[in-house]
Amino acid sequence: MSKVKVARKSTLIDMTAMSDVTVLLLTFFMLTSTFVKKEPVEVTTPGSVSEIKIPDTNILQILIDPTGKVFMSMDKQEDMVNTLNKVGEDLGVTFTPDEIKKFKIQKTFGVPMKSMKAYLALPGDKQDAILKDYGIPTDSTDNQFKVWIKAARATNEELRIAIKADSNTPYKVIKDVMTSLQDLRENRYNLITSLKVESAK
Amino acid sequence: MAELQTNEGGGKKKGGSKQKKISVHVDFTPMVDMNMLLITFFMLCTSLSKPQTMEINMPSNDPKVTQDDKVKVKASEAITLVLSGGDSIFYYTGLPDYKDYNSLKLTSYKADGIRSLLLKRNAEAVAQIAVLKQKKLELKISQEDFKTQVSKIKEGKGTPVVIIKASDRATYKNLIDALDEMQICSVGKYVIDKITPGELFLLKNRESKGALSQNSAN
Repeated sequence: MSKVKVARKSTLIDMTAMSDVTVLLLTFFMLTSTFVKKEPVEVTTPGSVSEIKIPDTNILQILIDPTGKVFMSMDKQEDMVNTLNKVGEDLGVTFTPDEIKKFKIQKTFGVPMKSMKAYLALPGDKQDAILKDYGIPTDSTDNQFKVWIKAARATNEELRIAIKADSNTPYKVIKDVMTSLQDLRENRYNLITSLKVESAK
Repeated sequence: MAELQTNEGGGKKKGGSKQKKISVHVDFTPMVDMNMLLITFFMLCTSLSKPQTMEINMPSNDPKVTQDDKVKVKASEAITLVLSGGDSIFYYTGLPDYKDYNSLKLTSYKADGIRSLLLKRNAEAVAQIAVLKQKKLELKISQEDFKTQVSKIKEGKGTPVVIIKASDRATYKNLIDALDEMQICSVGKYVIDKITPGELFLLKNRESKGALSQNSAN
């Protein structure tokens, strides 16, 4: 008797094509992506029909959350360091190289000067957790916001100011920020919005 | 399957010996797995759309600027928008009339509200810009020509001047919406100004249906 041969079918699937596709996709995403910046507070910008895109470099972003806390972020690390040193000089705080190094890697900053040293001494994950409770003071008695803007302008002439605020932020806070900017003769700036599709024209 | 076929020493041996074929199959499955993971990572971590922006010019509040240097606006061309709380928007044209509480009119952010008003006031410029847009679509004029001509029309005589004043109760969204309407209605001359006590009085007067102006008249 001859043995009955069971035909064995190979279950191997050719993955080459699949691999080609994935590599292509991966390349696309790597080239087009700009990483989402970590922001201490969640902000939903209001929609507008404006189609001007924000430039990539030399941006000083002012982030305003619904309760009126103000944070700032800059895209160049050397600018951040110079700004910090200038603000420190103005407000009488000097920073050690270690603290400057820690400040350099901050994505967004917004701590009153008197708490800055204590804040920088904290480990990274704790900083993230408490940053949202701070914010740069903008009131007229202790307007550190002005000092920051002035220092940032002095470090980089080409800096463009962009305000990113939540749609529910009361105008009072925006007014404070805008008045501070006006006082510094920063009369041109950008308001960041998200795209709204306009149906009725 | 991806495979490599190698001829091992086929040419060296004489006498027509059979060529040994070794096929090297490479399994791409782990590679695909890894790529998929990377793609997922990039997809989650990126923001594909860049945020939009609005460029605004604010008036300088330099104390050196005297009353004479300030730009005077014809009362007939001026429209003042007062943004109030609860998404309400009021407007008055020309000079405020403190005696008549109805001079401050309520309107809305909807298409039939402030937009229709501004489009009506700015009808000439809007029509001209529409013609230009059509021309641009037909590629009769270049992008730069279009821009210069549009700004010329916007600056032209007879176009309304809109003064946006937001009260403390307004939200940032209201301000952006108001600025948006300026763009939709092709208003070239607009400014964000601080609210004055006069306008606050008008708002309160309107809420109380003229009781305040009655009191001051008596």
